[in-house]
Amino acid sequence: MELKTKIDAEAGKQDLLITREFDLPVELLFKAHAEPDIIAQWMSNPHTTAKVLKFEGKKHGSYQLESTDAQGNVVFRSNGVIHEFIPDQKITRTFEMENAPFGVQLEVYEFKQLTESTSKLNIHVIYESGAKRDQLLALPFAQGLNMAHNRIQEILNTLK
Amino acid sequence: MNLRRDVFQAIADPTRRAILLLVASHTMTAGAIASNFDTARPTVSKHLQILTECELLEQKQAGREIYYYINAQKMKEVAEFIEPFRKMWDDRFNKLESIMKEYKSK
Repeated sequence: MELKTKIDAEAGKQDLLITREFDLPVELLFKAHAEPDIIAQWMSNPHTTAKVLKFEGKKHGSYQLESTDAQGNVVFRSNGVIHEFIPDQKITRTFEMENAPFGVQLEVYEFKQLTESTSKLNIHVIYESGAKRDQLLALPFAQGLNMAHNRIQEILNTLK
Repeated sequence: MNLRRDVFQAIADPTRRAILLLVASHTMTAGAIASNFDTARPTVSKHLQILTECELLEQKQAGREIYYYINAQKMKEVAEFIEPFRKMWDDRFNKLESIMKEYKSK
């Protein structure tokens, strides 16, 4: 199936653009980014459960997220501060993975109404360097390589 | 022995995939990488050599230690490098869309 999400990451640059159109009014698209309970739901996946530890949806607010695996181990925590929070229009925030070497990234979310029942989201992400951007892009790739076959622990077990 | 190894041959091996995953999250020494595996260190060294030869990993000497880090530039040439990142976002957004559609009808 064709993916609806587009990623524009030019070689040698330190930013990228994520674009996606939704079959949702812009108010609901924004709400999905403004309500902690809803954020936790769509940030979770079959492997990890997301939890919103802190969320202040306002200028000078901050947030903290946590992901745990099926055994309840914390896979990662992330946090950031919110610079702009304009309902149905824009969120500007920073994002940082805790205890990881990827630095802090600046994220600009633009919410646009297309029709009464459809909308568009542009996320412009700016990294500290091109190398850090590429390293972060490589992470799901490397994880995917493993998940496609076995989980890392299963691999290690077969070597014992 | 092949001097230039095929990248796809390199990632076909489960141990080498596990090594790539480790090094993708942190730059590591050979010793630190080997300590994650219950296998003989020369075997791990051999895997590191293969990954380095096909340029998926790069080495950096710091004092007595050699650090390994991932060569994102080379990874890009492999099997649509950016696709898993895109898929991760697409899965999230699909979920967001279905949650909010249900929310709307409530």
